[in-house]
Amino acid sequence: MSLICLDSICRRYEMGGETVHALRGVTLSIERGEYVAIMGPSGSGKSTLMNIIGCLDTPSSGTYVLNGNAVAEMDDNDLADIRNREIGFVFQTFNLLSRSTALRNVELPLIYAGVDIDERGDIARAALADVGLADRVEHRPDEMSGGQRQRVALARALVNKPSILLADEPTGNLDSKTGDEILALFDALHAKGNTLIVVTHEEDVARRARRIIRIRDGLVASDEAVS
Amino acid sequence: MSIITEIVEGVRISWEALRGNLMRSVLTTVGIVIGIVAVTLMATALEYLNTAFRDAISFLGTDVLYVDRNEWFVDSNRRFDRMQRREKITLAQVREVEEGLGNVRGVAPTVMHGVDGLRYGDRSTGMVLMIGTNDQFIITDGVALASGRFMTKAEAEANRDLCVIGADIAEKLFDKESPLGKRITAGDERLEVIGVFERRGSVLGGMSLDNQIVIPIQKMTRSFRGDPSCVIQVKVGDTGRIAETREELRGLMRKIRRIPPGGEDDFAINQQEALVGQFGKVSAIIATAGFFITGLSLFVGGIGIMNIMFVSVAERTQEIGVRKAIGARNRTVLMQFLIEAAAICLLGGIVAVIIARGLVEVARIYLPKVGMSWHVVLLALIVAIATGLISGFLPAWRAARMRPVDALRKD
Ligand SMILES: Nc1ncnc2c1ncn2[C@@H]1O[C@H](COP(=O)(O)OP(=O)(O)OP(=O)(O)O)[C@@H](O)[C@H]1O
Ligand SMILES: [Mg+2]
Repeated sequence: MSLICLDSICRRYEMGGETVHALRGVTLSIERGEYVAIMGPSGSGKSTLMNIIGCLDTPSSGTYVLNGNAVAEMDDNDLADIRNREIGFVFQTFNLLSRSTALRNVELPLIYAGVDIDERGDIARAALADVGLADRVEHRPDEMSGGQRQRVALARALVNKPSILLADEPTGNLDSKTGDEILALFDALHAKGNTLIVVTHEEDVARRARRIIRIRDGLVASDEAVS
Repeated sequence: MSIITEIVEGVRISWEALRGNLMRSVLTTVGIVIGIVAVTLMATALEYLNTAFRDAISFLGTDVLYVDRNEWFVDSNRRFDRMQRREKITLAQVREVEEGLGNVRGVAPTVMHGVDGLRYGDRSTGMVLMIGTNDQFIITDGVALASGRFMTKAEAEANRDLCVIGADIAEKLFDKESPLGKRITAGDERLEVIGVFERRGSVLGGMSLDNQIVIPIQKMTRSFRGDPSCVIQVKVGDTGRIAETREELRGLMRKIRRIPPGGEDDFAINQQEALVGQFGKVSAIIATAGFFITGLSLFVGGIGIMNIMFVSVAERTQEIGVRKAIGARNRTVLMQFLIEAAAICLLGGIVAVIIARGLVEVARIYLPKVGMSWHVVLLALIVAIATGLISGFLPAWRAARMRPVDALRKD
């Protein structure tokens, strides 16, 4: 069975009596180990789809089966645990805790996972070293460049060894050089067998993936392998 | 995630948050500080009143019954007038009580009489309290002797010219000299000093217990006060049997005073308990009023905390979203904000206790016995934490219930 199975997913927002249809029935499946890019014009529903896949949001209708489990049947605690263990999220705006050091930011998922205090530091340091930040452990976000921040966010997303890495425009706030560094890390992750889903506007970013899904008006417009 | 980790994390996060908003946190706590200062002072004052009162009545034994014509507490003047017309408690009746009562440690009649002054040589005292009683008084009143001895049963009943004096009297009349064997003059009588009581201090706000002279009951009735009404002191000797003895004593007195069945008692059996009970009523009123006021100031302080916590939650919506996105459970977020509210209040509580401590030090200048006990401190800090938990609950609940996407979208 596929890692991710979406069937007729709809997401509606009620806005002052008006209904916005962000997703109108998305059906797709993604296998373990795939590297998928999601593209589409602004407002087409890419972020909405990512949030649903990442269990940050729930569909208005349709079914989502993750790793064999129906997400609709889970309670808040189950969803929190799924987000903690199965999913790593990387955001366009990094979303680091500004008052905490890089190490603390990366330790956080470990704390929520209940990892022992003695092991936490070592695991977090190792995760930071993996993204090339071994020398920035005690720095706070405002003492780091955008690329470094995104790498901290990546370390945080990966520290619990999730099944899926979700990235919503991870290079959107970075210049092309630092963006490339992040994408190089993605390539390495894919090579190691990780599952990656990346939302992007940029064709050359999408081309690094093995499959491109294009979304238009809340529907899948095309879904093809990268040649 | 274990509850311990959750608390440790919560404390750590709230410390970061408090430090980040130091000025605001300090201002927020002002209300709580005032409330907790009020709680602390209130509790200290009540505790002081309590011990001061207990000290004041400690001269009344806890297991001593005082049979008297009057009750100690009379709620109407008419009743009081009626009591004044009651038949006296005579020495003959005392004797019957002595004989009729089983199993008690001691029975002593007492007759009080004010004496203008005692003299020895060219020295004299001011007004003193003279008590006529018998040999049992040393048991029922629980006084100890510093020197000499107390009167014997025979001496008490034999109109002997002797006395036992309080420490103040001994000092005034004899200075460093030993009073034992000396004769002092009281009115027209010359009495030999056979003993001196230990110093006892003063009670009920200034009444000195060391300014008393004790003489045989017969001496009292023959030479100072003929035909008095006695107060009978009965020492039960066992606090477990007070109620039982009281009933026995009441029945006996009714028989002695020939009260028909169904008739009202024409005597009273008083007890230290009665005073304690009266005082309890007063202190309950003070406590209720006080805690209403302190409760109000805490309520106002609590509203302040709630307000600031709502602000804190709103400001940190993004942070809440991030924490949830990486696996924080609702409970974890709830705990985080509860701990933060409790921590602010605890901080306020500590400041308040320090301030209150200072105020108590000042009060000490006037009331040397005032002190702040550790359980008042504990109470204050617990109240502070509870206020934080209660007033922080709604904001924390709101934070915990946020959906991760909604929280993340807010900037
Ligand atoms: N919380 C919300 N309330 C109301 N409407 C919303 C909400 N979130 C998204 N939408 C609407 O849903 C639609 C899809 O939004 P979404 O953020 O998924 O687009 P997107 O493809 O990620 O766009 P972009 O490329 O600009 O990030 C848009 O029309 C948006 O206005
Ligand atoms: Mg988007």
